[in-house]
Amino acid sequence: MKTLLIKGGRVIDPSRGFDAQADLLIKNGMIEAVEKGLKAPAGTEVIDAEGQVVMPGLIDMHVHLRDPGREYQEDIISGAKAAAAGGFTAVAAMANTDPVADDPAIIRYVIDRAAGAVARVHPIGALTKNLGGTEMAELARMKRFGAVAFSDDGKPVVSGTVMRNALQYAGGIDALIIAHEEDPYLFEGGMIHEGAVSSVLGLRGIPAEAEEVMLARDLMLLRAAGGGRLHIAHVSTAGSVELLRRAKAEGQNVTAEAAPHHLLLTDRAVKNSGYSTNTKVNPPLRSEYDRQALWAGLLDGTIDAIASDHAPHHGDDKDVEFDFAPFGIAGLETTLPLMLDELSSGRIKKLTLPLLVEKMSTAPARILGLDAGTLQPGSPADVTIADTNRSFVVNPETWHSKSRNTPFAGRSLSGAPVMTIVGGRVAMKEGVITEQE
Amino acid sequence: MQTLRRKDILGLEEMSAEEITLILDTARSMREIIQRKIKKVPTLRGRSMINLFYEPSTRTKASFELAQKYMSSDPISVGGSSSSLVKGETLKDTVRNLEMMNIDCVVMRHPVSGSAHYLARNVDISVINAGDGMHEHPTQGLLDMFTILDKKGRLEELKVVIVGDIRHSRVARSNIWGLQKMGAEVVVAGPPTLMPPDLEVFGVKYSPQIEDAIGDADVVMALRLQKERQEGGLFPTLREYAELYGLSPQRVAHAKDDVLIMHPGPMNRGVEISSEVADGPRSVILEQVTSGVAVRMAILYLLLGGTKEE
Repeated sequence: MKTLLIKGGRVIDPSRGFDAQADLLIKNGMIEAVEKGLKAPAGTEVIDAEGQVVMPGLIDMHVHLRDPGREYQEDIISGAKAAAAGGFTAVAAMANTDPVADDPAIIRYVIDRAAGAVARVHPIGALTKNLGGTEMAELARMKRFGAVAFSDDGKPVVSGTVMRNALQYAGGIDALIIAHEEDPYLFEGGMIHEGAVSSVLGLRGIPAEAEEVMLARDLMLLRAAGGGRLHIAHVSTAGSVELLRRAKAEGQNVTAEAAPHHLLLTDRAVKNSGYSTNTKVNPPLRSEYDRQALWAGLLDGTIDAIASDHAPHHGDDKDVEFDFAPFGIAGLETTLPLMLDELSSGRIKKLTLPLLVEKMSTAPARILGLDAGTLQPGSPADVTIADTNRSFVVNPETWHSKSRNTPFAGRSLSGAPVMTIVGGRVAMKEGVITEQE
Repeated sequence: MQTLRRKDILGLEEMSAEEITLILDTARSMREIIQRKIKKVPTLRGRSMINLFYEPSTRTKASFELAQKYMSSDPISVGGSSSSLVKGETLKDTVRNLEMMNIDCVVMRHPVSGSAHYLARNVDISVINAGDGMHEHPTQGLLDMFTILDKKGRLEELKVVIVGDIRHSRVARSNIWGLQKMGAEVVVAGPPTLMPPDLEVFGVKYSPQIEDAIGDADVVMALRLQKERQEGGLFPTLREYAELYGLSPQRVAHAKDDVLIMHPGPMNRGVEISSEVADGPRSVILEQVTSGVAVRMAILYLLLGGTKEE
């Protein structure tokens, strides 16, 4: 493995409160040194990062890679390429595959497949068998095989008893539970956010309370469980942000993530696109009020992480009438550019690069308990380099993902990843993926 | 004569008052044709059309077919159960195949909101929305306006009360947009559970009590109440609904003498409207049906025939 010297970039490492121009030396797949004016030992490949940003590798803690079972939408190999292309060195893959990742054998399969992938893929195990919401899956055994968290994501855990037991049990083995908050009765047949837009378009609404009542329940159950760690997936409403803010103020062991589409779009996108199914996602694109609340939550620490909820779907499946299309947006190759663009636009006043790195690398690593999210010498050399001035137009046809479903196609963005280094190996350079030998 | 400068008729929300006026004016001359003994003009001779009905319909389907035939075009109607939808063919494939048979226009009714928009994006020919889910039913809105205009001589400053399940009604949406564009005031009445969330977006007033709304109304329109709304828990029973919101003779007695009673059909007699009212002297429910053919002829003419000599 080559020794790499990344020279002259702005190095941002929130794990150590570091933000300065510096060089970064990578040797034997590990971070060797982060200092100014480092000399390149003989045989070192020097990477000029002047005018660019050097960060600990970004981690997308919420993706769906469809593998095993629906490889025509995505697989572990293509998903990892999409991750590297988007500046992510690691992703955490949800369990709603076919078969469901509710057994150590499936966890093992994901890890074996991921060994040949260009980015790290951490499996998330199912919380209940077959996502059925009734019987607990083998959490400890899956954890031993490498599962980093447990979730029925895509489906809520409807039974309060099952959730309470799971939180209690998980607390005993220090396992993280990721909750998809949705009351199925309030959701019932919903298509988009319930409000003025759903009323005008005649689409069944998904009220904000469908998320909030379930979140409130789980926060109460977490308190009652007296232990356990709970992470809330794709927070989408102002009410949820408020519930989380209060829970954190009380000292509850809860973390949360928001998705870029919820931070950047509202339900008006459904109308403006003439019912484009690429705007159909669950939780739905909410109101401007909710969107503003998500940013406030992100800035004040109520929301810990940004995660794409990458949900790839084949073009054929999305190219149908609105009600018949599946929910989901593919986000691995747009998340970082969208965030960098938002930063450079100045629309969000208190948004800074260190804050973005915290939300996209440091925090996800901490929440999932990964040895990542830092440029501390001695750590695995997972590094992302981005150019905040690079402009481009989102074109899904050039993606490495197998899917193309995005509401952001055609958007001009400023800011893009230029290099992704995974364990000291260059996985992506200028948009080109370097395959594993 | 002027034509509509648009490819499709998808809804009244996106249509201007000028366009609506043009359609209503044209419909007047079309009605004259229907009243002739020989109800046929050559205007759309050689034009072919497909009526795709993915939902059952008697009135709208017959009305479109007659309009098409009175104008000498060649329509074919395809119903949901006999179509390839049941064989799993996508809407896009179905219509692209039909398009290759050189048709000029598709009229579609579909249970999913937004389907007409989806179809219009995917084909080059004209799409006429004959009702998409809970979204819009623009030709119904137009024929209702035509009927009111015919009876009242104007639409401006009329008060129109729409009673019932506004939330799930495409007829209500098209009427709300169209009537307000033409200067009428629209009030909706019915149980709060049958009102769309954020009702203000439509610019209408809401009256929970039907009596409060009806007193000075020029038009009262009852909407069909679907049984599944009761099963969905939005109100307790049909008889309680009839008691609170049904158009009964006692209720209508409080209205103005020249109030128009309307219903888009099909009616649930004894639920949202009683037979005495539906068949009474103030009812124009059957005139609505005649208007339907005239309005649809006007739309077909303005979309497809306007460039030719009549």
